[in-house]
Amino acid sequence: MSTAVTRLFIPRDTTALAMGADRLAREIAAEADKRGETVEIIRNGSRGMFWLEPLIEVETPAGRIAYGPVDSQAIDSLFDQGLLQGETSHPLCQGLTEAIPYLQKQQRLTFARAGITDPVSLDDYQQLDGFNGLKKALQMDGQAIVDEVKASGLRGRGGAAFPTGIKWQTVLDAVSPKQQKYIVCNADEGDSGTFADRMVMEADPYMLIEGMTIAGLAVGADQGYIYLRSEYPVAHQILNEAIDKAEAAGFLGDNILDSGKAFHLEVRLGAKAYICGEETSLLESLEGKRGMVRAKPPLPAIVGLFGQPTIVNNVLSLAAVPYILSKGGQAYADYGMGRSLGTLPFQLAGNIKRGGLIELAFGVTLRELLEEYGGGTFTGRPMRAVQVGGPLCAYLPESQWDTPMDYESFQAVGAALGHGGIVVFDDTVDMSAQARFSMEFCVAESCGKCTPCRIGSTRGVEVIDRIRNDEDREANMELLEDLCETMIYGSLCAMGGMTPFPVQSAVKHFPEDFNQPAQTNGAQS
Amino acid sequence: MTAAKEQLLPVVSDVIADLKHKPGALLPILHEIQNRLGYIPPESVPLIAESLNQSRADIHGVISFYHQFRSTAPGKHTVEVCRAEACQAMGARQLEAHAKASLGVDYHGTTSDNNITLEEVYCLGNCACSPSVRIDDEIVGRVTPEKFDQLVDGLRSQTLEVH
Repeated sequence: MSTAVTRLFIPRDTTALAMGADRLAREIAAEADKRGETVEIIRNGSRGMFWLEPLIEVETPAGRIAYGPVDSQAIDSLFDQGLLQGETSHPLCQGLTEAIPYLQKQQRLTFARAGITDPVSLDDYQQLDGFNGLKKALQMDGQAIVDEVKASGLRGRGGAAFPTGIKWQTVLDAVSPKQQKYIVCNADEGDSGTFADRMVMEADPYMLIEGMTIAGLAVGADQGYIYLRSEYPVAHQILNEAIDKAEAAGFLGDNILDSGKAFHLEVRLGAKAYICGEETSLLESLEGKRGMVRAKPPLPAIVGLFGQPTIVNNVLSLAAVPYILSKGGQAYADYGMGRSLGTLPFQLAGNIKRGGLIELAFGVTLRELLEEYGGGTFTGRPMRAVQVGGPLCAYLPESQWDTPMDYESFQAVGAALGHGGIVVFDDTVDMSAQARFSMEFCVAESCGKCTPCRIGSTRGVEVIDRIRNDEDREANMELLEDLCETMIYGSLCAMGGMTPFPVQSAVKHFPEDFNQPAQTNGAQS
Repeated sequence: MTAAKEQLLPVVSDVIADLKHKPGALLPILHEIQNRLGYIPPESVPLIAESLNQSRADIHGVISFYHQFRSTAPGKHTVEVCRAEACQAMGARQLEAHAKASLGVDYHGTTSDNNITLEEVYCLGNCACSPSVRIDDEIVGRVTPEKFDQLVDGLRSQTLEVH
């Protein structure tokens, strides 16, 4: 085989770029040029081992060898120590990428291609099973596709965990007065500590395109929208490149793969509003309105975008569909436990030594993720609190870290898995400050339609401030509990209805942070 | 000043003509105006309202609902500091205090040399390498106060070179 051109992989993922991947790619190209070496640099997606970014891989006959995290200063010594031959002596060498335990121990179904391929290469995608699900779906009728998704046991990955197949059935059965149905992908991944949707869009966008197209075939919708948050400029760029290429190659458009069936897809940008991750608010925004939450019923499946039957699914739900169609619903359902079937990509974030994406079947414990994968805190101090599921979910103390990661087990301890994000805090955290932030975030992001959320959150900030200032503590703690109950039971959607969960969990599990003046506690500036 | 504003309106009209046929066209129109001009001039509101057959109050309501849309010109660069939990766990509170103090502005403010507008943001999706900052369309991870100062100095010297 020819050894003249060495293939190097440097990701174009947001985190890799945020750690300097673009500059590194330029410098490595220049260094190779200077040394008279011929290299081809492929801008792949990320493997999701973010603590190693920028992670460079070199293709060798034995497989791809990884080096990371690489910075400018290391380039010279990497070349000197045989980077282009995949030599393993350099301290930054991680060995064969596939053999890195963090990656090797995962069960990657949705993220099987992530980081391996050039995200916008149709050839790469098809060489690794891409569009097999779509080709099968084109041979099936809508009901058969929906049945396959039902058999997989897939539940909505956005956080609410509603069975995807049942939602699809509702849209399939709904009658559209205008003969128009829609597929809407909720890519407004606003929860702090989550980046799985972003990784799908940046590392494997054709998987999402394929999943949405299959959804369109299933229910008879020929128009899809990806509602993407504007905080993701890299994903926006990659999605648009991928959609253009898919259209040009006949995977999207009026006549998909000469089947006579049509599906069109467009990316629409949000505009910095967390509430638009709530599906009815998202639909309002897509219609060009303020993102005000709609009362349900009617369900979006029956009266959705522009009043027509609409599937609104999270990125990860739609991204799981090509696998389900390609390998069969049962193959997917073989992973997981109880009623939580398949895999969930957990996302380790915040104060963690080895942050990144870990796709595993449901049932792994939180502690295994924190310790075996995460390797403890980034700062090296003891871990104290872990928020799982985003800003509307509970903070867990160490006594709850042995809880298995599945929907029902988390519900049983008053917590939620949400979108699988895990944010770690060390022992300098001030939990009354975190509780205050939960309310403050709700003040900033409430749509304002219902009173408990709009006004309750403002009152919540004030009450927590009084507690932190040691004003009439007993009475204010009682008032806070009462306010939380009002928000939980009186709010129209999860924004106001779940904002109290992190607050209540902080009060319950970290009472000491509410019983001493906050200034003596380290984390607050 | 008035002359400059008059030059903005043809851009607004072009954008509206390009995009008004889209279903739910308002957000795409507002994004594109802000992309081209840096903000949405209040004078464009009646034009948008008329072309979409909506009231001016409707258009104003949408512009004011979304944190991203602005009605005044920003500085040459926009620096957004992430305030969300994963960044808090890695010192975002100290970083935002430093950003405000070193730039001498609060959120939504623009430095006196008109170079930098400071904004808050809730999550840039870089939560495994926090704290994060976005400078225009570039996201930067593991931002310490020292790194923040270097980034800002970089923006200032860029601007000097241009002039």
